Amino acid sequence: MSLDSMNPKLVEKKFKVIGTRVPRPDGVDKVTGRARYGADASMPGQLIGLVLRSPHAHAKILKIDTSKAEQLTGVKAIITSADLPDHTGGDRAMMDILENCMARGKALYDGHAVAAVAAIDASTARKALKLINVTYKILPHVTDVDEALKHGAPILHEYIYTEGLPERPTAYSNWNKHGEFGHGDVVAGFKEADVVIAKSYKTEQTHQGYIEPHSVLASVSSDGAAEMWVCTQGHFVYRNHCAQLLGMDANKLRVTASEIGGGFGGKTHVWAEPLALALSRKANRPVKLTMTRDEVFRCTGPTSSTSIDVKIGAKKDGTITAAWAELRYHGGCFPANWAELGAMTAFACYDLKNVKTVSKDVVVNRPKTAAYRAPSAPMAAFAVENTIDETAKAIGMDPVDFRIMNAAKQGTKSSYGPVYGPIGIGPTLVAAKNHPHMKAPLGKNTGRGMACGFWFNFGGQTCVDLNVTPDGNVTIAQGTIDVGGSRASIAMAVAEEMGITYNQVRSIIADTSSLGHNDMTDGSRGTFSTSMAAIFAARNAIMVLRERAAKTWDIPLAEVEWKDGAAHATGAGHGNRSPLSLKEIAHTAGQTGGPIAGHSELVADNAGVSFATHIADVEVDPETGRSRITRYTVIQDAGKAMHPSYVEGQYQGGAAQGIGWALNEEYVYGKDGRLQNAGFLDYRIPVCSDLPFIDTQILEIPNPNHPYGVRGVGETSIVPPLGAVSIAVTNAIGVRQLHVPMSPPRVLKSIQTKKSE
Amino acid sequence: MSERVIHLWGALRPLVGGTAFVKIDAATIAELFAKLIERYPGMESHIRRGVAVSINGEIYRDNWGTPLPVGAEIYLMPRVPGG
Repeated sequence: MSLDSMNPKLVEKKFKVIGTRVPRPDGVDKVTGRARYGADASMPGQLIGLVLRSPHAHAKILKIDTSKAEQLTGVKAIITSADLPDHTGGDRAMMDILENCMARGKALYDGHAVAAVAAIDASTARKALKLINVTYKILPHVTDVDEALKHGAPILHEYIYTEGLPERPTAYSNWNKHGEFGHGDVVAGFKEADVVIAKSYKTEQTHQGYIEPHSVLASVSSDGAAEMWVCTQGHFVYRNHCAQLLGMDANKLRVTASEIGGGFGGKTHVWAEPLALALSRKANRPVKLTMTRDEVFRCTGPTSSTSIDVKIGAKKDGTITAAWAELRYHGGCFPANWAELGAMTAFACYDLKNVKTVSKDVVVNRPKTAAYRAPSAPMAAFAVENTIDETAKAIGMDPVDFRIMNAAKQGTKSSYGPVYGPIGIGPTLVAAKNHPHMKAPLGKNTGRGMACGFWFNFGGQTCVDLNVTPDGNVTIAQGTIDVGGSRASIAMAVAEEMGITYNQVRSIIADTSSLGHNDMTDGSRGTFSTSMAAIFAARNAIMVLRERAAKTWDIPLAEVEWKDGAAHATGAGHGNRSPLSLKEIAHTAGQTGGPIAGHSELVADNAGVSFATHIADVEVDPETGRSRITRYTVIQDAGKAMHPSYVEGQYQGGAAQGIGWALNEEYVYGKDGRLQNAGFLDYRIPVCSDLPFIDTQILEIPNPNHPYGVRGVGETSIVPPLGAVSIAVTNAIGVRQLHVPMSPPRVLKSIQTKKSE
Repeated sequence: MSERVIHLWGALRPLVGGTAFVKIDAATIAELFAKLIERYPGMESHIRRGVAVSINGEIYRDNWGTPLPVGAEIYLMPRVPGG
């Protein structure tokens, strides 16, 4: 393998396939119902698994009596934490995952698993759950992030001493981590300001709202080898985690990923999968475990609710002199660093001389949180963008011009530390300023808002296999899950590199026993990293094809070049040879050295950061407080849009989810610490009729660290909507919105409070 | 001696006595992490959980063989997850 074939740097290239809108390979199966999702797999003799969950937010588990359930005919296995011994080797993060899958001594949230059953059918399993007798000692609970920080709050864990403080605390607490970012002198900066705006904000907990619930089919043989069919964003990570938690060798557990009906971060984490494997191991039968929607809400990984204070100072000429924020996020019932991420992203869009962010990560009696598309950034952007808007208005400056004037650029020292290379926030802002949307007249009771957003993006471990079939077609096997259409993009990359048609390439998702480790589809890495690996694999296959042509012609390899899908003999002595096509070389492969393949494994680091700007028009009904999005525009840099329809889909999907978060979605906990709205009837995600067509503008500023200039696009689009929509509502009703979601009761209260003043 | 200046984010500073940066003679990320753990044992749990390294503004999460050029701007950052 030549080192040059693995060069990730951008190459000048006139594209033939990249940038077109080819049909997706999984499209027909998905619209006809043939595609197989998590719950669509079955095995002979399979059992049904169900989980018994705590009805208490915080309780000591004194005793679990399974004796009656074990005697029920049709019950084949019952497990508790006793069936999941500690194989974590002192790794606290893995222990948290294990403890989240099955409570160990204490239930930490409403819905925490305490036991699981495998039975011959669902009816028997449900009966068995009712026969399990759990004796609890109910403990005081806390579900609010600010309440959890107060002196005297119920303490969840006796191992958490706040990390990151100058002195290690002597008492344990719910505040698991303190962090700080920034540079300059904010105190001096605020003194320089003509105007200082300080506001406090709250955001509520939301769920990713994927349509497909979690489902797993696990089969552990008596020899210890196991198979698992599962809906996941990362079957290799599931394999690794499940193997570790169950004390298995990773190579004995073969995981096949089903099609996925949405994940957005929620399927980056194991929940019920180790339980299904443990049940199967105990019953010696395959076990299928599919969560109900109620379980998905109560027991998987929503995002944090937050409480954020922001202060910005500016001169009348528009220069921001100082910016400060304190961000408090919870990670559910286990330690996390979501606030730290919020603190890194909060002011990342701006060029600031003096900036400081403080993060406080907290645990509460809620489910263990997971990533949700650009995790932590949307809440921080909501708070910062509203304060930016208010500051601009206070100095009498147009908020777009104020942002453009203070936007980060190449050479800016970012608020989280490093100096930026080439970045795209400025171009998205200028595009927003010039967009027809920004100049369109507004209707009655309607306001317009705009906001910026930032996300890091990353690449990660990636492995692909490319095989040329004897008839001259190509298969590319990838190990990064296709969530948003990456199979098409990867096939396009192979076709482009090899000079063949898109229809000659078939891309598949390989199982964990067929490829080296691949990271999950998260961090906007799927297309960025896998297309890079596919390009390198294609280059390696081309080298083999050239070698075969050279052997066929009996000429030196150096005198064979590959172009337009065929080998061409070059040099004075070979000018009259007809090219050898891929088909011809493949057909004779058996006689020239055997199968033709290309492989690539890499770490795609240095993905480059991402920025977006959104514009929202929102009409507010002054009688009810109901908000309706009347127009919405997303502007974002894609580097190079491999398949523009998928890029637009990512922009629109992120915006739709952000709009739901801004207007309606929230976890509602009762005083008893139990979730009150664990279903789509009471947890309101936007449906098509709630949204206008979301307009998109793709900017293409090539990423210098990808051969085709590709940049990840999957996450940044959820960052600006909370800010853009809330600023639009603020402009519609004349009252600054400080709390999302801006559900009708909250907005109506704002309107009524303003009227009464 | 070719020491690199390693900037630390807030949560790491208490582990090195409260300073915003440390100077380490390390040619690669792997060498940097090894020397940080040797000199500041409290760093080990952070590095095990995940620390990314920004080198002249380019962020490396995984590839520990990446060189640290002399004079480069080097920041340690939390290893960012995604959704």
